[in-house]
Amino acid sequence: MALDNETVKARVQGQFGAAVLEASEYRGDLAFRIQPDDLLPIVLFLRDSADLQYIWLASITGVDYLGRDPRFEVVYHLRSLANQHMVVLKVGVPEAHPHVPSIVPLWPTATYQEREAWDMFGIVFDGHPDLQRILLPEDWDGHVQRKDEPLVYEEVAFSFNHDDVDAQKPYAKE
Amino acid sequence: MAVAEKGVAERRTAIFNSGKNGHVSPGAFPTPQQVAQAAREITVPSPRQVIAANAERMKNSSEFEQSMVLNMGPQHPSTHGVLRLVVELEGEEVVQLAPDIGFLHTGIEKNMEAKTYQQALVMTERTDYLGPMINNLVYALAVEKLLDCPIPPRAQVGRVLLSELTRMNSYLVWLGTHALDLAAMSVFLYCFREREMLLDIFELVSGARMHTSYIRPGGLAWDFPKEFKETVQLFLNIFPSRIDEYEALLTDNPIWKERTVGVGKLNAVDAIALGASGANLRATGVPYDVRKLFPYSGYENYDFRLITGTEGDTYERYLVRIAEMRESVKIAQQALDNLPDGPYATSDRKIWPPPKEEITYSMESLIHHFKLWTEGFKPPKGDAYVGVESGRGELGCYIVSDGSNKPYRVHFRGPSFINLQALPHMAKGQVIGDLIAMLASLDPVLGEVDR
Repeated sequence: MALDNETVKARVQGQFGAAVLEASEYRGDLAFRIQPDDLLPIVLFLRDSADLQYIWLASITGVDYLGRDPRFEVVYHLRSLANQHMVVLKVGVPEAHPHVPSIVPLWPTATYQEREAWDMFGIVFDGHPDLQRILLPEDWDGHVQRKDEPLVYEEVAFSFNHDDVDAQKPYAKE
Repeated sequence: MAVAEKGVAERRTAIFNSGKNGHVSPGAFPTPQQVAQAAREITVPSPRQVIAANAERMKNSSEFEQSMVLNMGPQHPSTHGVLRLVVELEGEEVVQLAPDIGFLHTGIEKNMEAKTYQQALVMTERTDYLGPMINNLVYALAVEKLLDCPIPPRAQVGRVLLSELTRMNSYLVWLGTHALDLAAMSVFLYCFREREMLLDIFELVSGARMHTSYIRPGGLAWDFPKEFKETVQLFLNIFPSRIDEYEALLTDNPIWKERTVGVGKLNAVDAIALGASGANLRATGVPYDVRKLFPYSGYENYDFRLITGTEGDTYERYLVRIAEMRESVKIAQQALDNLPDGPYATSDRKIWPPPKEEITYSMESLIHHFKLWTEGFKPPKGDAYVGVESGRGELGCYIVSDGSNKPYRVHFRGPSFINLQALPHMAKGQVIGDLIAMLASLDPVLGEVDR
C-alpha cells in the first residue's frame, strides 16, 4: 500500500488545519511548514497513525536563512517504510528565541542530529538529554554554519611562525 | 561467549534464501507502538554523562564493586580512524559507553557552500572515502533533482554499475578490517587483493583510485574507455569464487564464530528507533533497502534480492554483507550486459558543456562552455533530499538552492554517523573484547561521521 502526496496532505491538513502554515510539493517531495509548538503533535500523528506509520526518522537538518524571518529552519525527513513514502517537516525558528522541542523521546536517533544542529547553528532543542557540541571542540566560540560566520582557515604552524600562530588562538586571548 | 554450534548452517541458508519472492510485506516492519516503547527505553549517552554517572556510582559503591572509565582511542588501531570511546567498565563488562567524535571534522558542508555546484562535487567523496562513487552519485542526484534534468540511459546504467563496484569495494574493506581486528590477517590480504582490482577499474574510468569525481551532476565525467567492459567482466568472473574463499576462511571457522555469534545483538525495533540503516538494519530482519523501497537511477529494473537476517548479531551482519556482495555481482553483471550506447551525459547545454569539436565552429557553444566553467549553472530556488543505499546504509543529501550558482546549504545524512549511535545500546553488558568485533561490524567510516 503506497501512499501518495495528496492523501497525506489531506490527512494532515484535516487533522491540524491552520497549524499547517503551508503544504507544498516540490519535485515530488511533500513538505509542511509548521510552528515549533506544533512539531510534537504532528510528528506523533505521523508516526502513530495506523495508515501513515512514518516510523523511520531519516534526518534532521538546520538551515540558516539570514535576513529572513524566521531566520532558522529545522528540516525533518520522515520515511514510512511500510507505505514507501517520505514527508518533510520544516519548522521555522526565530533568531530571538531559537527553541524547538526535542524529539529524542520519540526517536533516540535524533540525539546526535540535534546536537549537530545545535553545534552548527545554535538552535536549542528543549528537552534534549545533553545538548552539547558534537563535532567542534567544547570550547569553540560561535556556531560555524551560520551565514554570518565567515569561512576562514587556520594558518599551519611551523617552527618559524609558531609563536605568531599561537598568539592568534582563542586561548591566547584569555 | 558460548558458541551456538547448531544453527549456523541453517542461518546461512536462511539468509541466502531471503527475499526470494522479491516482495516486501508491510507486516515486516515494526509497528509505531513498538518503536515508541523502544524510544522510551533507549538513550544515547554523551561522554560527559558517562563520566558523571561513573563518578556518582563510585561515590555510592563499596571498595570491591568499583567501576572504572577507560578511554579507547582516538588513536586506537581498532577504532577504524579517530574515534574515542569512553567506556565504563566493571571488571571486563561494559556498563555503558559513549562515542566521542569530531576529531576528523573538516567543515565539508560549510566548504561546499563557498564553491559552485561543479566544484563542490570533489568534497563529497572526502566524506566516505571508501565509497567515492556512491557519494558522487547522491550529490549528483540531489542537484539533478533541483535542476529537474533527465539523464541518458548509458549514464544511468553506468552509475548503477559503478555504485555496485563501489559497494563491493566498501564491503571488502569492511571484511578485511573486521577480520583483522579479530586477528585473521590472511582475510585482510585476500580482500585487499580483490580491492586492488576494483581500484584499478576506478583508475581506468576516472584516472583516480580513491577520489574519483566521476559521477557528476548531469551524467558521467567522460565516456567509459574501450577496455572497460572486459576489465569489469574479468573481475565479475573471478569475484564469486573469491567470495567463496573468504567464506571458506571464516563462515565455519570456530574462532570466528566464537568471536561473533551472539555478540552485539540488536533487535529490529531498537534498530528502527536508533535510525540504523544498511546491512546493520537488514541483519535484524527489517527489509529496508533504499534500492528496493525508494528506487533511484533505475534500480527497479534490476533483478536482485533484498537480503535480510533475523538475529541481528555480529555474525548475522557478516552473513548479510557476504550475501549482498553476491547480489552486487548479479546487479553489476546485469548492468554490464545491458550497458547501452549513446551519450554519457545530458545534452542540456546549460548544465553540461558542449563537445570540444562543436566549440570550434559554433559561437553559441563557446558561450555555453565559457559560462559553465566561469559561472556554473543555477538551479531554481528550492530544496531537495535524495537518499541512496551506500555501503553503510542510507546516505542522504539535502541541498537548498537560493537560485545562485553555489549551493546555499548542503547536508549529508551520513549513515556511519547515525549507525554509531547504536553502539552504546549494543555494547551494554557485553565484554570489552567483543566491543572491537561490534564496532568493526557496524562499519563506521570516520570521515563520514565527522564530515
